[in-house]
Amino acid sequence: MLLVSPRWLRRKGILGMNRRNVDVISRRNPRSLYPLVDDKLKTKRLAEQYGVAVPVLKGVISYQFEVKSLRKALGLSRQFVIKPAQGSGGKGILVIVDRDKGRYIKSSGSDLSIRDVERHVSNILSGLYSLGGRPDVAMIETLVVFDQHLARFSYEGVPDIRVIIYRGYPVMAMIRCATHVSDGKANLHQGAVGVGLDLASGRSLQAVQNGRPVAVHPDTLESFAGLEVPHWIGILHLAARCFEMTGMGYIGVDIVIDHHRGPLILELNARPGLAIQIANQRGLVHRLEAVDAVCGRHETPEERVEFSRLAFGSDPGSAT
Amino acid sequence: MSSRVQVYIIALLLSAVGIGVALYKAFALGFPLLPGASQSVWTLESRIHFTPSGGPVEVTLALPQPLGYWVVLDEYFTSSGFALSLDEGKDGRMRARWSKDRVKQPATLTYKLQVYRSRGQDSAEPPAAVEPPLLDEGQLDAAQQLLASVRQRSADPVGFTRTLLGVLNHANPQPDVAYLLAEPSRDVRRVAIEVLALAQIPARVISGIYLEDGRRRQQLSTLLEVYDGSHWVQFDPRTGESGLPKNFFVWQRGGVSLLDVVGGRDSHIDFAIMKNSLSTRSVAMMESREESAALIDFSIYALPVEQQSVFKKLLLIPIGALFVVFMRIIVGVRTSGTFMPILIALAFIQTTLLTGLVIFLVVVGAGLWIRFYLSYLNLLLVARVSAVIVVVLAIMVVLSVVSYKLGIDQAMTVTFFPMIILSWTIERMSILWEEEGLREVFIQGGGSLLVAVLTYLVMMSRIAQHLTFNFPELLLVVLGAILVIGQYTGYRLTELYRFRHLQGA
Repeated sequence: MLLVSPRWLRRKGILGMNRRNVDVISRRNPRSLYPLVDDKLKTKRLAEQYGVAVPVLKGVISYQFEVKSLRKALGLSRQFVIKPAQGSGGKGILVIVDRDKGRYIKSSGSDLSIRDVERHVSNILSGLYSLGGRPDVAMIETLVVFDQHLARFSYEGVPDIRVIIYRGYPVMAMIRCATHVSDGKANLHQGAVGVGLDLASGRSLQAVQNGRPVAVHPDTLESFAGLEVPHWIGILHLAARCFEMTGMGYIGVDIVIDHHRGPLILELNARPGLAIQIANQRGLVHRLEAVDAVCGRHETPEERVEFSRLAFGSDPGSAT
Repeated sequence: MSSRVQVYIIALLLSAVGIGVALYKAFALGFPLLPGASQSVWTLESRIHFTPSGGPVEVTLALPQPLGYWVVLDEYFTSSGFALSLDEGKDGRMRARWSKDRVKQPATLTYKLQVYRSRGQDSAEPPAAVEPPLLDEGQLDAAQQLLASVRQRSADPVGFTRTLLGVLNHANPQPDVAYLLAEPSRDVRRVAIEVLALAQIPARVISGIYLEDGRRRQQLSTLLEVYDGSHWVQFDPRTGESGLPKNFFVWQRGGVSLLDVVGGRDSHIDFAIMKNSLSTRSVAMMESREESAALIDFSIYALPVEQQSVFKKLLLIPIGALFVVFMRIIVGVRTSGTFMPILIALAFIQTTLLTGLVIFLVVVGAGLWIRFYLSYLNLLLVARVSAVIVVVLAIMVVLSVVSYKLGIDQAMTVTFFPMIILSWTIERMSILWEEEGLREVFIQGGGSLLVAVLTYLVMMSRIAQHLTFNFPELLLVVLGAILVIGQYTGYRLTELYRFRHLQGA
């Protein structure tokens, strides 16, 4: 079937882009708070203030003249990530996994000279990756050593977990696994696999690539049925605390699991996409309404997570 | 009151006012709701050039007295520092008089008027008594001979004139004719008038301009006009054809001087001609605007034609905006830049669709290619975008010159594309390509072009042009519609496709 009927989508509780923009984002996310999530440097400082775990910031490059001293700033680190503080949609993130004879090896295996890395930083500063071309700063962070548990489900790159937090309650979650097609990126519209996660247990519900269900990872051939995210309760607590941290009512929290440090918040998104509904094969609308009905009854993030796990989690036995 | 209710109330009020005024204009004032026939309106620009002698200068131009078929809609003068006065001479002619105390630089004065051809009849003001021509004895004799021989062959004034012109223009003239035309100052027109005067037929020279669209540096042409007892009949003095050519705009009749320049030399006048199409109705509106209702007086028709044509385009932009809003919110097409499609569509209006598409693709394609090289040069963003602007300009110049040499004139319209928009499009597309891949470039670029083409088709539809121009108050309805669409929270058309693989579908 080429098109589905709007009435069917409504019954499924699928949240559409227009309704997301008007009813959810513009109502729950005050504009004045956007800089807190759009600027990753601000988010990081805020997270440190609230004791929320994030990757360690190794340095910030704010001005073009500092680009020349990049090599010194990088020191001897063999692994690091350079990202624009105001980048959107994962743009401009450079992941260096190793160094070899003065060359910097990207996660894809290709290598760059120091000039290339400097150019990348210079592009970040001039606003190439930021919304509206605003001047930006470049952040250098430690590379997350990702948990081997989940490594089998990703081709290159870090599989990241996205939890949607609505008014402080986790309402939906998925894990995004990079594929060869997606060029190691975790963006679903570029061909990454989205795996819907059971809020109660962190087990996989459903895996979807390019809108269609898949059973195994196309590159690693690992069956998604056996996927279970470790530290699940911790992840939900971490995500739920972002509500107190930012004050925003509708955010997407991107989390990675570091082998040594456990769950870390990678970034927050004030306009999380709708693809998570495809990965979960479920709509958001009913869950948002359920949260609206009980909002205010639970005080702590822990209580809210408990509510969500009971209300939105499915019995592991009946997971599809 | 919730914001949604407010939106509906505001939209309702706006639409009610807009539609109400439009209906009032349509039914009470007789504006047509649908586009009707169109009328050619000619813009004639006469330019007076002269070299001043250094002292005071006075330039007098006899303004046209377009009797009969031609109706003047509007006139403008540019005086470039000269004092301008309009006065009526003893002969009843209006004259424009420019004067200035000291003029050093060669100057150009212009007088522009807009005319159209009505169905009216030529007013037949009877001629004054015919005065005998001033001829010396030999000439008089030759003229008498000629008169006698022509009169033998035709009786009525029209036939007489035709035969006379035939004889005068003959390749091997009779001795009498050759004698009469001997002096350089005595041309066919002058001799013809003299012979006609001898025959007691009133005749005179009329001067005017052949209206042809896009002509520049046109000179006045002259025709011969003969009174047949009830009407003036015009003749082309070289061919003898009778009747006023349809595209001949009569500037003046009789031998009054057209241009007098006191205090200057090398004066001459030439004319530039342009044609545009206006609806018959607009022409009528402009003509009768003095006695019309205040609503018309304060409408776009109150503006000079030039400004009207600017507004004609500007008023289409809201229609384009409404369409873009519709395509993005209801349909869900992704475009690169929100209003880039409108600007591209506006350029298409100038270039025509196919030419515009080809030019757009060529310029953006070539620009992308060069932009790829620029990305290796490690430039800062502002410098890079500026470099792309220069490159785009260079591409436009090369495209124009090459295509002109190849005889493809359409490609010259490349200048109608806003350069900055092209440059930003190239920059955006290039980044999109690097970051998201070629597929995304095609999706967003294609989406933008699709919306631009559809917007163009909507804006070009005669009905849209007619309604926006004649009923600008309908903009309120457009505004209301945009507000209502702006709070639509239903599914986009593309979402019905996006979520098609959901379980249970």
